[in-house]
Amino acid sequence: MRRFFLIAVPFVWLLVLFLVPFLIVLKISLSDAALARPPYTPHFEWAEGIWAFFSQLDFENFVFLTSDSLYWKAYLSSLQIAVISTFLTLLIGYPIAYGMARAPEEWRPTLMMLVILPFWTSFLIRVYAWMGILSKEGLLNQFLLWSGIINEPLVILNTNTAVYIGIVYTYLPFMILPIYAALDRMDGSLIEAAEDLGCSRLTAFWLVTVPLSRNGIIAGCFLVFIPAMGEFVIPSLLGGSRTLMIGKVLWEEFFSNRDWPVASAVAVVLLLILIVPIMLFQRNQQKQAEAEQ
Amino acid sequence: MAATEFAPWEDPQAKPLICFRNVTKRFGEFTAIDNVSLDIYAQEFFALLGPSGCGKTTMMRMLAGFENVTEGIIELDGADVGDVPPNKRAVNMMFQSYALFPHLTVWENIAFGLRRAKIPADDLTNRVEEMLKLTRLERFASRKPHQISGGQRQRVALARSLAKAPKLLLLDEPLGALDKKLRQETQFELMDIQEKTGTTFVIVTHDQEEAMTVASRVAVMDEGNLMQVATPDRIYETPNSVYVADFIGDVNLFKGTAKPVGEDQYQINWVESLPPLNATSSLPLNDGQSCHLAIRPEKVAINAEKPDDAVNAVQGKVVDIAYLGNLSTYYVELPDGTVIKAQTANTRRISRRSFTWEDPVWLSWTATAGVLLDS
Repeated sequence: MRRFFLIAVPFVWLLVLFLVPFLIVLKISLSDAALARPPYTPHFEWAEGIWAFFSQLDFENFVFLTSDSLYWKAYLSSLQIAVISTFLTLLIGYPIAYGMARAPEEWRPTLMMLVILPFWTSFLIRVYAWMGILSKEGLLNQFLLWSGIINEPLVILNTNTAVYIGIVYTYLPFMILPIYAALDRMDGSLIEAAEDLGCSRLTAFWLVTVPLSRNGIIAGCFLVFIPAMGEFVIPSLLGGSRTLMIGKVLWEEFFSNRDWPVASAVAVVLLLILIVPIMLFQRNQQKQAEAEQ
Repeated sequence: MAATEFAPWEDPQAKPLICFRNVTKRFGEFTAIDNVSLDIYAQEFFALLGPSGCGKTTMMRMLAGFENVTEGIIELDGADVGDVPPNKRAVNMMFQSYALFPHLTVWENIAFGLRRAKIPADDLTNRVEEMLKLTRLERFASRKPHQISGGQRQRVALARSLAKAPKLLLLDEPLGALDKKLRQETQFELMDIQEKTGTTFVIVTHDQEEAMTVASRVAVMDEGNLMQVATPDRIYETPNSVYVADFIGDVNLFKGTAKPVGEDQYQINWVESLPPLNATSSLPLNDGQSCHLAIRPEKVAINAEKPDDAVNAVQGKVVDIAYLGNLSTYYVELPDGTVIKAQTANTRRISRRSFTWEDPVWLSWTATAGVLLDS
């Protein structure tokens, strides 16, 4: 009985807060747009029966997604931005995590605190702060002009560059923490053993440190890639009109066009795309847990 | 028995493999190694023995190249190795934690060093197989370190560090993680492998029994100094200081003043109410100089009656008996309160033991049984 309750709690939680909303979105994606409130049809009527209700649903909206190049271009562009920013985050996050793991013991809690500290402020405020830094009259341009490095202010805000900066900045802690956890667990004598057996510092890093932090790297990459793929706030605030991301398209379909069925279809396809990396991530976590037993 | 005993340290012509010359190592204000000079010869099984914090691990890490020397020179095979990084030294180390690469199999772990040396694939395979055979690990070649037992891991670490056929193998507490029975077996295995490969071994340990068992010579260290460097039997039989006598094995120490009574003969006045002790020593001591007499418990005989011919005999009563199975240690209290330990082999069944608590007994020992140490 106790076991049943232990399993039932997360099960009900997922059912109510994930599966049911997903089924609602799926149902909307199979409906037609309508000038009504809510803006789609059909609605379920007890009088007409379940079969009549299902017969009105169709895949029209999914077919529509393939007919307009906007959608697949937005998916591809999101994929590109997510992949590149994941790579950049790894490039910046790994050395930080490495430095933290090699720092003196008494410094580590402080460094960890500094990585987590940004979460104490609202994400939205931090993105707005970046607008202030990156704009034409922003802090960055003022500083570069003042120091004489450039003569003309750089246009960064409302470009893809600003989106990359925003994503890398926002998701950096998600990359650092799993890699740090992996490096912190590593026995320092392994590096000495590698050097003792003829490795230079660099080959020891490549042959021992990197493979042993592999699970951390994979976890970090997924933790950045998955949310970056559907990111909507950063491209709409920092990106320009030419920044194409599926999250932004989704928002516009919902709120500007009020075309809920198409927007839902976009969301369902996005979820299908993300299921593959999410499952890979789960498998990685599971393998890691097994290896530690 | 070998016709000639292996003792290159007694041959003035022999060239040492390792030579510490006035080596000092400081960590900030702390002096870990204090002006140490030491020669270690090829094919020796040399033990660095001492309590934790005595500097033995630092000595080893300097040999491996993980620590720089603050002052002095370390020579390996006649060449100064001060600036040679660990990956360029013909020295390999077996780590206390074994430091096996968890992401590689046993086979790949052993091949790791050979791969770095870029030797041909055939030779590499042969060498790895040879090492697997030497350490009886053939069946486990494709396992990962977490899939084998502690004793097997220990052997993988040994095989890996021996694979490159180093001039010198360093072993940092190699048996520390094994249980007692396995440790004893492995000690003999280590000696066997050392003999087979002819490699010079330097072992760091805090376990004196282990050092005595495996080593050709033992260096007893304390607070960054070498207290005594000698063969295990010399260290045990003729310690050169109170520290060494006390650190190695069990000992009775009597503090007193010496009085020369003939060539190499001394009387030691130690407790006013008791007769002086007689001891033979080549140590030049002046009349009235304070000294210690160290006597191993097994060299003290215990009898019910006073032996007629005893040079040294004292009476007391048994206050404690430590029964170790094969041996018993009797703690005998003298009239002045001093407690002397006397050890006898239990050749009889325990029910027929001659002495028990509170029994009055006589302790006796010869003039040469003890070692006279100046304090």
